[in-house]
Amino acid sequence: MSLLELDNVTLAFGGVKAVDRVSFAVEEGEVFALVGPNGAGKSTIFNLISRFYSPQEGDIRFDGHSILDLAPEDIADLGIARTFQNVELFEQATVLQNLLVGRHRHRRTRLWQDILFTPFVRREEVRHRIAVEKVIEFLELEPYREKYIQGLPYGVRKMVEMGRALAMEPRLILLDEPASGLSVEETQDIAFWIEDMRKLMGITVVMVEHDMNLVRDVSDRVLALADGRVLAVGTPREVQTDPRVIEAYLGPEEDVA
Amino acid sequence: MDALQLLVSGLANGCIYGLIALGFVLIYKATEAVNFAQGDMMMLGAFITLGLNNEAWLGLPFWLAVPLAIAVMAAIGYLLDALVLRRMFGQSQIAVVILTIALGFIARFIAGAIWGHEPQSLESPIAGMEVRVGGIVLGLDEVAVIVVTVVLTGVLYLFFSRTRLGLAMQATSQNQLAAYYMGIPVKRVHSLTWALAGAMAAIAGILFATKGAIDPNSGLLGIKAFAAAVIGGFGSLPGALLGGLIVGLVEPFSARYIAAGFSQIMPYLILLLILVFRPDGILAQVRQKKV
Amino acid sequence: MRIVFKTSHDADIRLWKHGAQLFWYLLLLAAAVALPLLLDDFMLGEATNVLVWAIAGMGLMLLVGHAGQASLGHAAWLALGAYADTLLQTRAGLPFLMSLPLAAVISGLVAALVTLPIMRLHGIYLAIATLALSVLTEDIIILAEPWTGGVSGLFAPDIEIFGINFNRYTNPDGLYWLVLAITVLITLGYANLLRAPTGRAFVAVRDSEISARAMGVHVARTKTLAFALSAAVTAVAGALMGHMAGVFNNETFNIVISIYLLMMIVIGGLGSIHGAFLGALVIGFLPQAIALLRSALAGALGIGSITIPGLETAIFGAILVAFLLFEPRGIYGRWIVIRTWFELFPFYRRDMFRRQRSYLKTERMR
Repeated sequence: MSLLELDNVTLAFGGVKAVDRVSFAVEEGEVFALVGPNGAGKSTIFNLISRFYSPQEGDIRFDGHSILDLAPEDIADLGIARTFQNVELFEQATVLQNLLVGRHRHRRTRLWQDILFTPFVRREEVRHRIAVEKVIEFLELEPYREKYIQGLPYGVRKMVEMGRALAMEPRLILLDEPASGLSVEETQDIAFWIEDMRKLMGITVVMVEHDMNLVRDVSDRVLALADGRVLAVGTPREVQTDPRVIEAYLGPEEDVA
Repeated sequence: MDALQLLVSGLANGCIYGLIALGFVLIYKATEAVNFAQGDMMMLGAFITLGLNNEAWLGLPFWLAVPLAIAVMAAIGYLLDALVLRRMFGQSQIAVVILTIALGFIARFIAGAIWGHEPQSLESPIAGMEVRVGGIVLGLDEVAVIVVTVVLTGVLYLFFSRTRLGLAMQATSQNQLAAYYMGIPVKRVHSLTWALAGAMAAIAGILFATKGAIDPNSGLLGIKAFAAAVIGGFGSLPGALLGGLIVGLVEPFSARYIAAGFSQIMPYLILLLILVFRPDGILAQVRQKKV
Repeated sequence: MRIVFKTSHDADIRLWKHGAQLFWYLLLLAAAVALPLLLDDFMLGEATNVLVWAIAGMGLMLLVGHAGQASLGHAAWLALGAYADTLLQTRAGLPFLMSLPLAAVISGLVAALVTLPIMRLHGIYLAIATLALSVLTEDIIILAEPWTGGVSGLFAPDIEIFGINFNRYTNPDGLYWLVLAITVLITLGYANLLRAPTGRAFVAVRDSEISARAMGVHVARTKTLAFALSAAVTAVAGALMGHMAGVFNNETFNIVISIYLLMMIVIGGLGSIHGAFLGALVIGFLPQAIALLRSALAGALGIGSITIPGLETAIFGAILVAFLLFEPRGIYGRWIVIRTWFELFPFYRRDMFRRQRSYLKTERMR
């Protein structure tokens, strides 16, 4: 059984089909990339999985169960974490607090316990902090842990967002353009981290990415989209050499770098 | 009181609410600021006219005092934007709300310090006159309020559809950035919108002080007018007038047919119902944010 | 700058950042406890007043400063607290120690019920709905005359705990200490909340609803909870106000009080507990400051001291305008800047605290 399955999913805004009968399955433990030109429907697919949008047709299954009757708030509980294309952090909070919000799905304390800050809450907080410190160490965020998000450089913000998703200890992580706006060195770091996420943490990764080098380096399989439709699925090499993909995505004359 | 008289006085009140609401919506559409001081600007406009016109103060002729007061209020509106509101750019809407409420407090104090706290009426040429329509006696002041509102609505319509400034205001309200790129001086258009709202407030104030008495706390009427603007659909000019008329009519009729205390409650009950079931108002124009 | 070396998770969790901070807080508390020895009865009454405003301010701060939801109608919860507390004592015969927490619980539950349908409203629309609720509360008080006494109002009995009377004139010290104890308890609860998951959920909803949802935070539930807690705390302040005023009616908690409360926390500094206290100090001592200024002016100009209605409100409004234009972060925000300047001297950079989007979000994206 696949971890995540999209089955004939269609979503139209007005008359425009943003996602048109898209089906694919992501296996547990793989790195799966969605590629395609702007407006192909990649981020829309993420928003469908996050339940911010509801498809007009088709089904989305996680771990064999349909998620269409769940609210967006319930998706995190399944162990699905995500990042956003235009980094969405809690701006007036510190890096540490942002990461701790990622622990929300592991919360076990009740309101009255929080208000009294009972020993149980203290133990829980220590537990959350141990998990978060691991993420801080992993993503090398130590210099920023007490800093407020506002005023942090863009690259760091992207790392914090990824860290917040990892703090959830998810089974599946959706990365929306993790390398966009980053330098070459930072992009290489991302490649290592994605590898580690899969190998060390056992997290399945689905990402939207324009940087074909990164996609080729880290992904097991690639799905190419154009105008909301699936063009091809396969290994990075297969997809990159698929004539339909070259035609629609890379353009007829462009050199495949 | 006869139902028709109730209707006319309700319509007259509603027109004044509508005119204040129109001021709110004008400013909101153009600048996204919510001006809670619009009611106090109405009060100030009324007092300025009264101070210029009444025998007890300057005693200028009515037809000189009115345009002067409108001009003064327009200038105040312009300056408010240029000196205060413009500096709030980038801060939250609520910050602007609190700011304008504070400005209202200050306006109320100034009016009280200059003109006192006793209710006063504007000594207009039509004060106390009556008209008879088929055996029913109506106050000329109330009829005048309705007539002036209808004329003003027509003038505003022509202003927004025919004049360069009106079109510029419309463009700015729809997309500030695009308007800026098209060479519209957005900042000046904003200030001119405030000037227009100031002038509208003056007219509403003049009408209010003609048919009733004004005191520094009359500006609190603005809250009810604000409810009217939301009922009609915040961001829609016809909606503002419609909302004003609804509130104006609901008040006397609920007092008459339900219970006296209900004239106070009904506008806010309607407001809450609208907010719960149709949050964008009767004539909605707000688009949803794209995720 | 002070570098804090953290060697355990407790260093992050506890309420003070370093020993010196704990020392200052304890010193402040000691000074607060010793205050009745230093002040005359009148000034002590004012100090009690400031504490009550601070409680109300914390109630609103929780909602506006931390959960990011606007309310222009918090006087409604002051009113509910005052009426519920007094009625529970006079009609149900409950002692103060039970009526006060019950009044808070009742207000919290009512707030949760009432705000449930308006919770999906955003920004300005939510503010308007709360404004309408506040206006309606005034009218409901008049309509419910058999219970509330309508326009003639209700008499609040003296606070009595185990036979000790806390009348504001016969036992001002006792009343002050009682209010101080309540204030300290609420402050601790508030601070605890902020370092626990609930507080973080509030901040998450304030700063980005969309990512809060992606993290599994139930946005509507969190907002309702914030409203309920906020109303409960505000109701405590309202009950105390009722006891201190002795008699109150529909106009005691009018719309102007709602706006005062909001202005107070903006001046104090949104987003921090300190802001609620600083704002309360301003609102509590402003009348005294104006009176002093007025008599000084009258002395200098040789005119008799005259009372000008609305002067206080206007000056308060002017202070608010000045803060919004020149220091939107409020007194506490300014204090942080000054403190950092001294700590870093001479390495402070001008843009270190460059102005950012405020806590309450703009709706310009719509």
